Amino acid sequence: MTLLQCKELTKTYEKGSAPALNGLDLDLERGKIIGLLGPNGSGKTTLIKIINGLLVPTAGKVLINGRLPGIESKKSIAYLPDKSYLADWMRIAQIVDFFDDFYADFDQQRALSMLELLDIDSRQVFRSLSKGTKEKVQLVLVMSRTAQLYLLDEPIGGVDPAARDFILRTILTNYSEEASIVISTHLIADVESILDEVIFLDKGKVTLQSSVDAIRSDKGKSVDETFREVFAC
Amino acid sequence: MTKFSADRPIYTQIIDLVQVRIVTGVYLPESKLPSVRDLAVELGVNPNTVQRAFSGLEQSGLVRCELTSGRFVTDCVQLIKDVRQKLLKEQTEDYVKNMRHYGCSSTEICDLVCLCAEQTEATS
Repeated sequence: MTLLQCKELTKTYEKGSAPALNGLDLDLERGKIIGLLGPNGSGKTTLIKIINGLLVPTAGKVLINGRLPGIESKKSIAYLPDKSYLADWMRIAQIVDFFDDFYADFDQQRALSMLELLDIDSRQVFRSLSKGTKEKVQLVLVMSRTAQLYLLDEPIGGVDPAARDFILRTILTNYSEEASIVISTHLIADVESILDEVIFLDKGKVTLQSSVDAIRSDKGKSVDETFREVFAC
Repeated sequence: MTKFSADRPIYTQIIDLVQVRIVTGVYLPESKLPSVRDLAVELGVNPNTVQRAFSGLEQSGLVRCELTSGRFVTDCVQLIKDVRQKLLKEQTEDYVKNMRHYGCSSTEICDLVCLCAEQTEATS
């Protein structure tokens, strides 16, 4: 069964304004790392939030394992939002415990060993962390789940290039072949080599869905260069 | 993370990289190759891309796959020599093409190659 299906998905935030998603159709298979790419305001975050059940579509529908978003889909989706939603007075270790209580598929050991590899002291209070460290902690929490679908909204935006490489490695080491990972980002050159497939989003529609190698052999150009051409201002 | 060039598919670049490792003896004849996952993490690429590169290497006979125990470098030393020859020729062709772009004659190219070769011999 298809992991994720979007059928004529439309989202309009206010009557009369341009739709954020405009009749979007999309099918995602299992076992792939997919880049969700598009300029600012193309609908990336809206799409991710609808798949997660945080927003309700104006029209059309999304199916995860053939079912509408709900309790069941949330059990199988690990979501990294573009903003932090954690209680910032908690210590990292407390947040890890909290996740362990909350998600049946959370692997506490995996989380703690990743934090150690990143040299993050789990006794620290979340509020006191730098922007980059906060992002790392949130990614560790998400990747410590054994989910079927990982939705990562800008996972490497705020971290330095060395940490970026670590995060991409973390993604590669922790995902299983039954799962798929969707990464929304502007930093295409940084993620390109770990992607199977890319989706170009423009004005709320999918304008291209293709494998990275197909783009490279058809156009003789990287995805990054192709993106710059397609979305040139 | 390994940097890949932008103008061709990544899996073909991984084929080249593994070939170079085999002909330079990083991976010895009959030795076991790293797993798909390990090589993917080392190079910072998608595991499916490494899988595709391995399939290509298997087709050329340079690598053989054993169902339960993993992938191994061929024991055919002649094949490794042939691949080495092919890679060296490609590198030289690229170089010569570049030199032709500068308008070099054949003797000029040979003289320069000899000069540089002697210099590196002296230092090493």
